[in-house]
Amino acid sequence: MTILVLAAVFFLGPQVSALRYSFVQSNGENGLGNYTQLFHDSALGSSLVTSLEIAALTTVIMLALMLPTVVWVRLRLPRLAVVVESISVLPIVIPPIVMAAGLATLQSHASAQISSVIFTSPLTALTPFYVILAMPFAFRSLDVGVRAIDLRTLVDAARNLGAGWTTLLLRVILPNVRTAILTAASLTVALVLAEVVISETLLYDTYPVELVNTGQNLVGVAVALSVLSLAVTWLLLYMVSFIGNRDASRARIGRLL
Amino acid sequence: MGVAPFAVYVALFLGGPLYEVIYGAVTTTRGSLTWFNFSQTFHQPYVGAFEESLKLALLTSLIGGVFGLWLACAVVTAGPRSPLRRIVGSGAGVLAYFAGVPLAFAFIAALGRYGEATKLLQDIGINLNAGSFTISSLTGIFLCYVYFQVPLMVLLIIPALEGLRPEWHEAATGLGASTFGYIRHVAAPVLAPALIGAVLLLFGNAFAAYATAYALVGSSVNLVPGWIQQLISGNVLVDENGIGLALGVEMIVVIAIVMVGYAALQRRATRWLQ
Repeated sequence: MTILVLAAVFFLGPQVSALRYSFVQSNGENGLGNYTQLFHDSALGSSLVTSLEIAALTTVIMLALMLPTVVWVRLRLPRLAVVVESISVLPIVIPPIVMAAGLATLQSHASAQISSVIFTSPLTALTPFYVILAMPFAFRSLDVGVRAIDLRTLVDAARNLGAGWTTLLLRVILPNVRTAILTAASLTVALVLAEVVISETLLYDTYPVELVNTGQNLVGVAVALSVLSLAVTWLLLYMVSFIGNRDASRARIGRLL
Repeated sequence: MGVAPFAVYVALFLGGPLYEVIYGAVTTTRGSLTWFNFSQTFHQPYVGAFEESLKLALLTSLIGGVFGLWLACAVVTAGPRSPLRRIVGSGAGVLAYFAGVPLAFAFIAALGRYGEATKLLQDIGINLNAGSFTISSLTGIFLCYVYFQVPLMVLLIIPALEGLRPEWHEAATGLGASTFGYIRHVAAPVLAPALIGAVLLLFGNAFAAYATAYALVGSSVNLVPGWIQQLISGNVLVDENGIGLALGVEMIVVIAIVMVGYAALQRRATRWLQ
């Protein structure tokens, strides 16, 4: 009981402070000015759009890459599952700042041609690498989903009825593991919206980078947006805790690593 | 065959940057092999930064481990589908994995020079601004790190706590053990590998983290990631890229050791707890 009170003070304290702080506008009065700033500040707005675009594209690529891999491994190469899993969690061993250092070096060594294709826009420069960062989360959630269904029966039935691999994946397996997909997608979106180290080191203007910049002179606005960011992420994970079946829920948030 | 796209993707987008880090660390700008970059990292200021980073990781993982375990014990008594568990679970997920920059600003709003908690403390006679305390310091970073380490511990240790069977407690009590005796001779030995493993993971997590520290202090912070960013961005001197990359390799080595230990302990932990 003592610990619950301690935890409530320590964890809610800064959040309540942030909430109160966020209502004090730059002119000293109370109001929602710090929140509406998001719509007036074009740099913030456009950085949020950039980050949302990256989040969407990262999610699509992550699913297109990981779902077929997980299904294939579970179906055909169960012995390879351990290898694929170890590779998927490998990004955990590499700190974001080291990934950023590698990318910065890659960027400076890249030929003009590659640079113009990849490194000119944050969307093409960051997305491929955010997919890598999302892999540990994505593999776990998708693997739990795929293992919970009777994969072999579904595949045999679909193949007997003449389904090709694409039909099988999109119209048979995908609907059956949609909760796992939703989980993987939510975690990926949360990850992209929070990632600051790589985009800052490579000097791309994503939402978290712009948030830090805003905090240099408009602390109130940065605090307000921080309150919003944490609330939105929490809502996302809270909703995830309701969807899906029992087996999957055990492995969901608590056992990402 | 089916794993080919995955393998190629990983080789390209994970292997690429990783290769650049390792290659850049062991070669000069002209491409000949060198030990210079690594030997530089064994001098100041990098040794000091490593000490700070390791100290921060050690302290926050131990404190996070103790309080996280305590909190998890309180939370686990509520059923897995209870509202308390959902709120703590999802809240802990946010803080443990995605807090980053917003966490820094929440602490600035609370304990910054004009923070709400600072004002509150001032009203009862404690002036945080009088001394050398500032939230934009290693002390501030320490507080923020504890703020995400405790939730991570809760998430990591709850499955292990759930694996403790009530029958074991009943059997021990039936054989005349006190609660302390049960904890001392049954629960603690069974939980030990999972506990140590979780604290190791916390250590690695704090050691690798940078987002919150960056938002709070900036790249001038005396932690290894701060130095890497400065060296890479060319803020210090030209041609010091290699030292930054060597520091990066050393960070990977530290975390790899931690993860190998974690994996070994995890195997032991699952012997009893499933």
